[in-house]
Amino acid sequence: MSDIKNIKSAKNPALYARRKFRSAFFLTMAVAAAAFGLAWLGFILGALFYNGITSFDPKMFTEMTPPPGEDGGLANAIVGSLIMTAIAVAAGTPIGLLAGTYLAEYGRYGRLAFFVRFVNDILLSAPSIVTGLFIYEIIVVKMGHFSAWAGAASLTVIVIPVVVRTSENMLLLVPNGLREAAAALGAPRSNVIRAVTWRAARAGIVTGVLLAIARISGETAPLLFTALGNSFWSTDLNQPMASLPAVIFQFAMSPYEYWHRLAWAGALLITAAVLTLSIVARLLQPKRS
Amino acid sequence: MADTAAAEQMMSIPQRADAVRKGGARDARFRTMTFIAALTVLAIFGGVMASLIIGAMPAIKAFGFPFVYTQAWNPVTEKFGALASVYGTLVTSFLAMLLAVPTGIGIAIFLTEICPRPLRRPIGIAIELLAGIPSIIYGIWGLFIFAPWFQEHVQTWVVDRFADVPYLQDIFGGPPYGIGMFTAALILSIMILPFISSVTRDVFDTVPPMLKEAAYGLGCTTWEVMWRVVLPFARTGVVGGAMLALGRALGETMAVTFVIGNDHHIHGSLFAPATTISATIANEFTEAVGDLYLPSLIELGLILFFITFVVLASAQLMLRALERRAGSVS
Repeated sequence: MSDIKNIKSAKNPALYARRKFRSAFFLTMAVAAAAFGLAWLGFILGALFYNGITSFDPKMFTEMTPPPGEDGGLANAIVGSLIMTAIAVAAGTPIGLLAGTYLAEYGRYGRLAFFVRFVNDILLSAPSIVTGLFIYEIIVVKMGHFSAWAGAASLTVIVIPVVVRTSENMLLLVPNGLREAAAALGAPRSNVIRAVTWRAARAGIVTGVLLAIARISGETAPLLFTALGNSFWSTDLNQPMASLPAVIFQFAMSPYEYWHRLAWAGALLITAAVLTLSIVARLLQPKRS
Repeated sequence: MADTAAAEQMMSIPQRADAVRKGGARDARFRTMTFIAALTVLAIFGGVMASLIIGAMPAIKAFGFPFVYTQAWNPVTEKFGALASVYGTLVTSFLAMLLAVPTGIGIAIFLTEICPRPLRRPIGIAIELLAGIPSIIYGIWGLFIFAPWFQEHVQTWVVDRFADVPYLQDIFGGPPYGIGMFTAALILSIMILPFISSVTRDVFDTVPPMLKEAAYGLGCTTWEVMWRVVLPFARTGVVGGAMLALGRALGETMAVTFVIGNDHHIHGSLFAPATTISATIANEFTEAVGDLYLPSLIELGLILFFITFVVLASAQLMLRALERRAGSVS
């Protein structure tokens, strides 16, 4: 405040110079902050691409994860990740979409909707490792063993809040005039929602699902004690299943050079998939009014 | 669509009444379905809390409240305490915030005030990509690339420089391992940067231009406008965004697990290895045997859930209040 009170002394050249200098200094710091952020992005992606591409080998799509000292690939981990992600998305999307519909169409300003929104936003940012503990308690302990079902369930718990949040936001962007016009034609509420609002918000809902896939394809923590991992080819959902992130974790923490190289190749694969998904999602995203 | 088309063709009044009734029944069914889905979200939350409490019960009974402030972590004698993990979690997150908050606000200022307009979107997206990179990638990068680089070029220099300075020699002392608390905090700060900068940028954009123009009209410099007009106006949003980022930092697992070193002793030096709640769980869960080891790990998870809940709930409440205000302004 003192500077502003002193503004009448703007003829004071020293003060004037000091204020200009201070402004220039802090703005330079802001530019430096942005450069800092971009530098890290470059540093990370650069190292990842360099190490990933030099370790890349087409064998990784066809061969199983090797024991130490032998050649191999990541085929079982890639397939395991795809299977568990697919189940999680198939299970989580309908629940998330319906819950988002409740919030946007039925609940809106109700007490329950407020509460659900609040809890959902907490779940959205809650530590994923805690989700893993939850599924461990309710599925792994009950079944008596680790399984791909448990892995998929823990990913489902992560998918739901993402889809709820984006579908609600996207449905709220649909103009009320559309709903009213459909209702005026005599369409029942459920038809209005399914044939008009969902359709109008389709691109946005797809965006939400893509973001959810991007989010879970790199998830590691909850898989460590639900799906565990599996060195062999397995598509049995009742058995432990390998996943790309869990294999990267195991291989990177190991002392074996060849495992490190596989971990880098896997890391590049995941990042490429996740970044592609995020960029496609961003392109699909409708502009906010 | 087919239903509406069919309904149009119906002529007789009883048929119409029937269609309306059916529509009503379908409505009720659909509404119930969405309602159940909404309740599922609550059920998941309740389930997480209940299962953690039930799973942790043996440890809660055995150790009681002192679990929270005991440092011991000995699987052999089955003596467990959360202090080292809680300390590591809080210190790494605090350090990460210390670095990320000013940098994030700086990026937001850059994006809203300084950056040439055509570059704003691409640079904004690039910064947000940092949030899209999976945490395991930060982990592997941190372990193989960043930690060795940091050890060689920064840590050794800092340790030498501060070797004779009181206090600083304790905080930045000890052998430079590369991995440790400070490395984990640095990586965390990069990970949460985009959360802070994008929320901050969004609230900066809600500042009415008249306010800024008025301040410029009084002769304020750009920095004075940012510091005295824009930031105070956007305060709630900035704090809310920072809390959201803090929630992320507290619960972050993989990136930290790779580089923290998993040491259950509390060291005075920030360069020393340490552990966090999530790193402890990730490292030890599948190896945990015995009646109290697993419940102790689950109780750690419960503590983590509680801490993040408090942080995220306050972030929610702040950002909600802001949304309401933004709604009434526009």
